[in-house]
Amino acid sequence: MASTIRIRAVASGDTTEVQSLIQHPMDSGFVKDSKGQIIPPHHIEVVQFEHGGKVVFTALWGPAISKDPYLKFSFKGGKKGDDIKVSWVDNKGASDSFVGKIQ
Amino acid sequence: MNERPDAPDRARRLVLKGAVAGGLAGLALGSFPFPAFADADAKDWPADAFKQKTEADALKALYGKSAEASDKVSLDAPEIAENGAVVPISVTSTLPGVTGIAVLVLENPNTLAAAYKIPAGSNAMVASRLKMAKTSKVVAVVESGGKLFSATKEVKVTVGGCGG
Repeated sequence: MASTIRIRAVASGDTTEVQSLIQHPMDSGFVKDSKGQIIPPHHIEVVQFEHGGKVVFTALWGPAISKDPYLKFSFKGGKKGDDIKVSWVDNKGASDSFVGKIQ
Repeated sequence: MNERPDAPDRARRLVLKGAVAGGLAGLALGSFPFPAFADADAKDWPADAFKQKTEADALKALYGKSAEASDKVSLDAPEIAENGAVVPISVTSTLPGVTGIAVLVLENPNTLAAAYKIPAGSNAMVASRLKMAKTSKVVAVVESGGKLFSATKEVKVTVGGCGG
């Protein structure tokens, strides 16, 4: 299965800027479907980024984050060709991870 | 709340923990280029903070304190969001030693939208996209040196993003 995660990390000087997109419905639990039934909450809870064996960023998300969430952050260190790993877990226990390269 | 069936990697982590307890850590680590890290773990998620209905309660549940306004926190959000389902928000801060950033939408059913942990070496900057039910104040909170600092901006929403 194709990964749910797309990541673009670019090193510039001593800083690496990371942008990621994750495919996820991020259902809030407040929206009704066409039959008037509440769609139960289904959203990512934790996203973690690792570089060089160290966690460089952790996102804790509620259902108020938009569908197919986008995230941008930056950290010091990281150079072209380094691995950067992303992993997420949602409120139903589903998870995914992906290893990208810094450009 | 929702049930969280044990994910396979959680089971794997238990096995790893068992290996460490059994004194096999050296053997296990020897086969990795650097120490294997646990993936994102739902146990880290502050469920209580995400249930709160007010800014004060959410910050208390998350950090155990309240925030004071600061011009060293900068919140970038549109003045008018045509689509409340996708509101781009970015938070940056010039404060030193930032360890966390939180984003709150005061008129949403649950106030807290997101909390970010910033380890040493990462920059005090985050951008993402939020859902907003209606026109509301958005508050960015930055944790620096054990204190909380905030910036507030009102975002007008023409079409709400929480359905109904």
